[in-house]
Amino acid sequence: MVEAYKTNECDVLIIGAGGAGMRAALAASDAGLKVIVVTKSLLGKAHTVMAEGGIAASLGNVDPDDNWTVHFADVIEEGVYISNWRMAELVAKEAPNRVFELEKFGALFDRTPDGRILQRAFGGHTYRRLCHVGDRTGLEIIRTLQDQIIHRKNVTVMDEMYITKLVLADGRVSGAIGLKMDRGEFNLFKARAVVMATGGCGRVFKVTSNSWESTGDGIGLAFNAGAVLQDMEMIQFHPTGMVYPPGVKGLLVTEGVRGEGGILYNNQKERYMERYSPKKKELDARDVVARANYAEIQAGRGTEHGGVYLDISYKGAEFVKQKLPSMYHQFMEFAGIDITKEMMEVAPTVHYQMGGIRVDPDTGATNIPGLFAAGEVACGLHGANRLGGNSLADILVFGKIVGEGATKFATSENMPGFDEQEINAEIERVKGLVHPDGLNAYKLIDELTTAMSDNVGIVRDQEHLEIALKKILELKEKYPRVSAPGGLKYNHGLLAALELGNMLIATEAIVRSAIMRPESRGAHTRRDYPKKNPEWLKNIICSKDGDGMKFDTVPVPEIPEELKKYVKPEVY
Amino acid sequence: MDKINLKIYRKDPSVDEKEHYDTFEVPYVDGMVVLDAVRYVEENLDTTLAIRWNCKAAKCGSCSAEINGFPRLMCKTRIDKVGFNITVNPMGAFPLIKDLVTDVTGNWDILRKIPPFTPKELGPDQHFSMKQEDVERSKEFRQCIECFLCQDVCHVVREHYTDYFGPRHIVKAASLDMHPMDTIDRSTFLNKEGGLGYCNITKCCQEVCPEHIVITDNAIIQEKERAVDLTYDPLAMLIKGRRKKEKRVV
Ligand SMILES: Cc1cc2nc3c(=O)[nH]c(=O)nc-3n(C[C@H](O)[C@H](O)[C@H](O)COP(=O)(O)OP(=O)(O)OC[C@H]3O[C@@H](n4cnc5c(N)ncnc54)[C@H](O)[C@@H]3O)c2cc1C
Ligand code: SF4
Ligand code: SF4
Ligand code: FES
Repeated sequence: MVEAYKTNECDVLIIGAGGAGMRAALAASDAGLKVIVVTKSLLGKAHTVMAEGGIAASLGNVDPDDNWTVHFADVIEEGVYISNWRMAELVAKEAPNRVFELEKFGALFDRTPDGRILQRAFGGHTYRRLCHVGDRTGLEIIRTLQDQIIHRKNVTVMDEMYITKLVLADGRVSGAIGLKMDRGEFNLFKARAVVMATGGCGRVFKVTSNSWESTGDGIGLAFNAGAVLQDMEMIQFHPTGMVYPPGVKGLLVTEGVRGEGGILYNNQKERYMERYSPKKKELDARDVVARANYAEIQAGRGTEHGGVYLDISYKGAEFVKQKLPSMYHQFMEFAGIDITKEMMEVAPTVHYQMGGIRVDPDTGATNIPGLFAAGEVACGLHGANRLGGNSLADILVFGKIVGEGATKFATSENMPGFDEQEINAEIERVKGLVHPDGLNAYKLIDELTTAMSDNVGIVRDQEHLEIALKKILELKEKYPRVSAPGGLKYNHGLLAALELGNMLIATEAIVRSAIMRPESRGAHTRRDYPKKNPEWLKNIICSKDGDGMKFDTVPVPEIPEELKKYVKPEVY
Repeated sequence: MDKINLKIYRKDPSVDEKEHYDTFEVPYVDGMVVLDAVRYVEENLDTTLAIRWNCKAAKCGSCSAEINGFPRLMCKTRIDKVGFNITVNPMGAFPLIKDLVTDVTGNWDILRKIPPFTPKELGPDQHFSMKQEDVERSKEFRQCIECFLCQDVCHVVREHYTDYFGPRHIVKAASLDMHPMDTIDRSTFLNKEGGLGYCNITKCCQEVCPEHIVITDNAIIQEKERAVDLTYDPLAMLIKGRRKKEKRVV
């Protein structure tokens, strides 16, 4: 008889091979543990590879006045005071160490004239703070970490392994079940500790900068295992995504363009950011610039394809090609536009989930013993608005912290037990999706993402949120009838069916949290509640309740006095 | 013209003895790339079609295939550049998994063999000091997105079952050799262990590289020349050695 599944044992199982997952793997490997890293794409292809502009770390190489306290204050203030202060402190203090560490691993950052790491300006950062490699910082980070990983004897990478469920035993997470896509084979992972590093959920929207894999799997997996989610209403729109041609709608135009001097114009040739943000102009925080772009387009001052203009051509061809090579090629090849001569057309695009799994700042532990999380899938650092460059800092700083947290847990706990029945039931569930007679998951995904983009946009209101919720609930009803023809091997139709389950959880949490927050704060803007409300200086949390979801609010942890002095008090 | 005639290679080697082609009609949208057309098929016409993609922005190197016989990224190939009759095949140099998806994991085994970054001692402030112009020399090679299209097109890798690592991996070694802080020279190693001598400089690899890396001229030929210098000319070895590299790995 052929075995129903293959069994793999390790000390720490890491789900995700983006920056967070790989950095976590190094931490556990440093401690001598046996580590397995699984990823749903190939090694080296994770979403992190797309990151462009840079990583924020207060080295002070360009602006000597910069230091961790300023970075800390920027995170708290621009996150509109609902960030977790301890996470902000850790990132501000540790990011420089992670950058230097990357350099020691072999990463090559751009340099200052005196040979140190060069830093560029980015929206919302008080000083020029982003260490960068042209506009391909993510690629450099991924390759550098990948080089480390492949030379470690105690780390095994299993790519194209799609995790379908976390397994629980004795009140703790004991492992996971995955489908090895290239073989159509089920795998059971037994682990003392499990780290979620699955990235974000941008793909639940139609127009997004995110890669194929960002479907909120980690949100769904953790939620189903009983983990608490937080701040799910906080979805970041990046101010500048491509608008034309249709095939690349949403594709990111890095903030680096504005960092290097790019100027936004409407169709009247007006530099409108002078009106919306006289001081910071194009380099104000993302939520501010994104809303301005949106407002200009809504007011009929947009471009032919429904965007606004972004101009960097005045800086000259040589400068543009050296500082922004990927952008130059991206526009040349996808849109046939030479950005050294012409203006770009851009519009807001869904970019980042600030919310996610609620974690302990110092270990990355979730509320479920044995389950840890870090990176975009985790929540707390960015509050209501993430600053550019802070995500790469986040994934490296908390990647290391979560790796150490999981190591500590794994070394003090035994290998947990397993419920054979639960494993078989999960395998049957997945197999049950493979038949030709059901609904095509892609059709449902299209309906879901369209509803999200149409109704849960940059400016929200009760009416449209309710429309989105109705659609989500309707699709949830239909979900049991989804199926995919073919077999278990490399079947994207099956993958779509599995992903849709997670997308429905993520979207329901997003929309219900958005309905719950009757104010405008950071990325969450309500047309019907345009003001910020001191009563909502809170985090919204959400967890599983039978077949449904329950919601609550928790106070934002109070910043200790010795840190408070760095932060401007909140004004209403 | 508003319809694309798309012919796609189909085979699952674990069940099919022979490949066949399926032909699909796909509506054309302005600015469309081949990946859009293939995904249209996968989402609307045949969800069992196996394809691999991730970023759809020419940044991850997942969507490599042979489009009308030419190795390209599907997400970077505009329909209006290749015409409306399109045949898509999987990369021929790698073992087939299913349809357009191939097994490229053998590349990790090669990467593992290349001696990793081996830095100098740190400066007194515990940090590297490097000039931008020195960083630039390695940068070209670090743009590699590991699409393996160059491996696919290389006739040595494809047909001659030698121990040649292939162009991607010479680029990798060059990126390390050109790192201003690295202390070893990998050229002799590439010659001895990596079969560099099998490359006969046809330059096909640099023609297909979507990142426009000048693979043959800037990486392969440089490594070859250094390997030759180091083997036959002790003086050159001394000079080069003093200029940059302290150690050689063989
Ligand atoms: C275009 C673009 C540009 C950006 N630029 C910047 C920038 O300049 N600076 C900055 O700070 N941030 C930037 N960001 C944001 C940043 O890149 C991401 O937030 C960050 O890389 C997320 O890293 P991560 O490690 O958390 O997850 P990811 O890199 O998303 O990795 C997730 C991993 O989890 C795996 N996974 C997911 N689900 C499953 C499953 N079910 N089973 C198995 N594996 C699974 C995936 O395969 C992948 O390996 C950018 C984002 C985009 C889209
Ligand atoms: S130049 Fe060398 S590596 Fe490149 S394709 Fe020709 S033989 Fe292969
Ligand atoms: S060198 Fe160019 S063609 Fe070869 S793998 Fe890298 S990016 Fe692809
Ligand atoms: S999908 Fe990433 S390179 Fe084509």
